[in-house]
Amino acid sequence: MDLKSLTIDAARSAVQERKTTALALTEAHYERIKQEDGQIGAFLTLSKERALEQADRMDRLAAEGKTLPPLGGVPVGIKDVMSTRGVRTTAGSKILEKYIPPYDCTAVARLEAAGAVVLGKMNCDEFAMGSSNENSAYQPVRNPRDLSRVPGGSSGGSAAAVAADMAVVTLGSDTGGSIRQPASFCGVVGLMPTYGRVSRYGLIAFASSLDHIGPLAKTVKDAAIVLRTIAGRDPMDSTSADIPVPDYVAELDKPVRGMKLGVAKEYFGEGLDDEVRQAVEAAIDKLKGLGCEIVPVSLPHTPYAIPTYYIIATAEASSNLARYDGVRYSLRVRGVKTLSEMYRRSRDEGFGAEVKRRIMLGTYALSAGYYDAYYLKAQKVRTLLTRDFDEAFRKVDAIVTPTSPTAAFRLGEKSNDPLAMYLADIYTVTADLAGIPGISVPCGETKEKLPIGLQILGKHFDEASILRVAHAYEQA
Amino acid sequence: MKVTEKDVAYVAELANLELSDEERTGMLRDLNSILEYIDRLNELDTSNVPPMAQVSDRYGVDESRQGSARFAYASREDILEGLRKSMPHEEALANAPDADENFFRVPKVIER
Repeated sequence: MDLKSLTIDAARSAVQERKTTALALTEAHYERIKQEDGQIGAFLTLSKERALEQADRMDRLAAEGKTLPPLGGVPVGIKDVMSTRGVRTTAGSKILEKYIPPYDCTAVARLEAAGAVVLGKMNCDEFAMGSSNENSAYQPVRNPRDLSRVPGGSSGGSAAAVAADMAVVTLGSDTGGSIRQPASFCGVVGLMPTYGRVSRYGLIAFASSLDHIGPLAKTVKDAAIVLRTIAGRDPMDSTSADIPVPDYVAELDKPVRGMKLGVAKEYFGEGLDDEVRQAVEAAIDKLKGLGCEIVPVSLPHTPYAIPTYYIIATAEASSNLARYDGVRYSLRVRGVKTLSEMYRRSRDEGFGAEVKRRIMLGTYALSAGYYDAYYLKAQKVRTLLTRDFDEAFRKVDAIVTPTSPTAAFRLGEKSNDPLAMYLADIYTVTADLAGIPGISVPCGETKEKLPIGLQILGKHFDEASILRVAHAYEQA
Repeated sequence: MKVTEKDVAYVAELANLELSDEERTGMLRDLNSILEYIDRLNELDTSNVPPMAQVSDRYGVDESRQGSARFAYASREDILEGLRKSMPHEEALANAPDADENFFRVPKVIER
């Protein structure tokens, strides 16, 4: 079976038309995982029983001649920060090594209700904190294109699995670039929807005002199908928007001629690798050739995005991660005498270095005497960053940028310098802070055959436009 | 140096972390380097800029209303059983490192 070209529609119609079975598709993917994943490390847990039951359900529907749901029989992977009832969910952390959630994340439940077969849980940086997947407490993920390089992070397993044909699509999460940057590094499509477009219920919280769930896929169309499936109001998440979900797939083929695409000089400055610059500029030329109008825009506060992000994200994380105290569901160190000692020693042993660093930074930024100087200041700059986009989107329909300043770097290259690692997200974090949607599509390779990503940012709740531009670029 | 060893110890205590001596040394170095970078935010005059806490305020808040009514988008009917049935004790306690049939068990809190 050729898994390389297997998209959602190809898989679903093969099962529908009885050319294959969902069971055979599922088993072919498990076989592929068995062959490939030993060296890549994308999966943390396989959910075989659950997958085979669902596959069987889809096969029976097809045998009865019933129409399969939109993802009927399609093998998918779920980043291990999303809760799956009865299937271990670690968030890449030792502190949740044995955690079996008693309920499903809404996005996962919606995918399964649409017929998807959940193969297992994808490796990631611990609590989604990282840009290289080296912060997983279990194993680093390696880039399928070059095993000496990182797949990006934090959704590194989700990106690598799609790139290596170990899943048709996966779900990832994006707090500062964690879907788009690994998609770019691994040569796949990654979509971060608008904040509030997809329910966060059941997503293990990192930074609640910045966390987004979205798909990683082989094609833009697959990303659109998944978004259509998981988007929409969920009463279990008060921040999920009560705004109608358009048919993203039907909108894909609308013409892009006449669309205005902004190019901001702030995204092409110092630190941008020459090969990445050339590939992105060539992509912009191609979009111009498709009839898009290229308009210069300015996003003047861009240089302040990373410092703003590292205050807000860590402040929220320090609060969200307080729940891991060894009482209800996380690791507890034995042989301690007092409650306070139990908290401290359990957290010391359960959290990795980057998570502790961020908890410390966030706690410091929120502590008495520093709250105004750091947290409040960062919230105000967040307003300025958002206004930059508001201003730009008065003139353009979407903004095109590189996804990441470089292609995939080597394992170990940045792991001893937290600040250098943070700068890998320089082109992605601002969209998270503003809550606007963004997509990364492959736009060529470096001389060393490493994928490069083109990022397209859109207006709040206008995923349709960025999907349309990405689709037109991909098909051209 | 903005952050001192004393600050690291104090913040670790607030965060319920113990940290080894080696970790404290590393934390001192990393926090100072990151905060030095973050200080570039002070180049911006934000005295007349409102803080932004939530993206959802942009699409949900009804500015024409007063008080908590502005946040009506985030509220729902108060349903007796909730949106899903309460979890049975057994299920809710299943992940606990230590529990009896009804409660999570922790080391003694109050000395007498």
